[in-house]
Amino acid sequence: MNSALVISGRDNVATALEMLEPGRALDLGGRHVVVRDRIPPGHKVAIESIASGQAVLKYGSAIGTAVSDIAAGAHVHVHNLASSRGRGDLHQGPVHPLAEPDV
Amino acid sequence: MSERPQFLGYLRPDGRIGVRNYVLVVPTVICASVVCERIAAASPDEIVALPHLAGCGQIGPDRGMTQDTLIAYCGHPNVGAVLVVALGCEQIIAQELAEAARRAGKPTEIVAIQALGGTPATIARGIEIATAFANEIGRAERVPCDIATLVLSLKCGGSDYTSGLAANPALGRVADRLVALGGAAVLGEVAEIMGAEHLLAARAARPAVAAQLIRLVDRVEAEAFALGLDIRGTQPSPGNIRGGLTTIEEKSLGAVHKGGEQSTLEEVVPYAGRVTRPGLTVMDTPGLDVESVTGMVGGGAQVVVFTTGLGTPTGNPVAPVIKITGNAQTARRMADNTDLDVSAVLTASQDLDEAATRLFDEVLAVCSGKRVAAERLGHREFAIHRRNPTI
Repeated sequence: MNSALVISGRDNVATALEMLEPGRALDLGGRHVVVRDRIPPGHKVAIESIASGQAVLKYGSAIGTAVSDIAAGAHVHVHNLASSRGRGDLHQGPVHPLAEPDV
Repeated sequence: MSERPQFLGYLRPDGRIGVRNYVLVVPTVICASVVCERIAAASPDEIVALPHLAGCGQIGPDRGMTQDTLIAYCGHPNVGAVLVVALGCEQIIAQELAEAARRAGKPTEIVAIQALGGTPATIARGIEIATAFANEIGRAERVPCDIATLVLSLKCGGSDYTSGLAANPALGRVADRLVALGGAAVLGEVAEIMGAEHLLAARAARPAVAAQLIRLVDRVEAEAFALGLDIRGTQPSPGNIRGGLTTIEEKSLGAVHKGGEQSTLEEVVPYAGRVTRPGLTVMDTPGLDVESVTGMVGGGAQVVVFTTGLGTPTGNPVAPVIKITGNAQTARRMADNTDLDVSAVLTASQDLDEAATRLFDEVLAVCSGKRVAAERLGHREFAIHRRNPTI
């Protein structure tokens, strides 16, 4: 069994299939990365450095945008990756009155 | 072509094929729900109730959605006979529900609580009628049916990282195989298409269908915009995030694997709208599991395959809901709620096609009468989607 899985050749993250401890060297089908953080199974590890503002790619598609620089081997999750979709909180436009009940 | 997969189902007078044979006890309105549940309790294996929270105080689209959903269940092929229980002063009209059942050739009656003089009298009369119906439809026998008569609902819930890697792609292969044999599959949960709509749109049969899908996803996103809210509080859910899913795009990309990779997207239908074309259909349902399953079964799905990472109990009053997980821990911890464990795809490098074959065979066995965990445990959740406040 692999310790982590890269789903598409375009991806810049891999999915851990077991607990990955810092210092662990991964060989992901020829792509090498040393784990920097503790990565629980199911969580993502950067397999290359990803600059703030760059798209994070899994399944060969964008799953959001890096909100800080992410080093290769780092844990990628809600602290450094944000969705670009459904963000009414960032939306510039009229807000429905139901959003702010006055009772 | 004698090698085409078959199952043993019920041929209904209107030509549709059922995989279960229930007497359905339908309240027109929330006020009649408890009476329906008491009637169904007389013989839980044969009689099922459809308790719900709507039927009055609703305007516009919500009233329509309640009525359409109830009508869809009254005509559902897994239902052999229908008893409608009215209060007497509500918006939803009992005769319209009964008419849908009659059109489908099902034995049908109406009782009204105000007309019969209250709860005990209505329960007593209801049990008499429902029991007689159960005896009548109990004589129906299962007959060999072609797989092309199946409408399969594709559902995921309590997702974690294994969902997108094992259970969803296994289900996607089953959907592709079913569609290749002439059957239909239906995918809901529009919010969980957000971020992956480009992949489904590329498989649309016609440009208009692709445009319809994109409009649907845009509308759901616009609803979050209109409320000024960030959907991250619910999509992904806190459990999804603990499981390693970070964004809705990531969840969606894993989730749309349920729809396979080859099947053509034929149609986009409204909530509980009838699935009429072979191939893949997208239905306008919310992500909330019970509302989503309720809608897709209303659309005519006779069977649901529900993939889960963390485990979940959801069933349906009339359709079997098959639970499949790719998480080995969940398969053990939630064994009572789990029908199929495909975790070997991740732990032992089992081939996805092999997992899909096991699931395909399970679907046929369940359609022929094998009971699923949710049925054994009495899970019959039912909730009609609503979009507007109750007036």
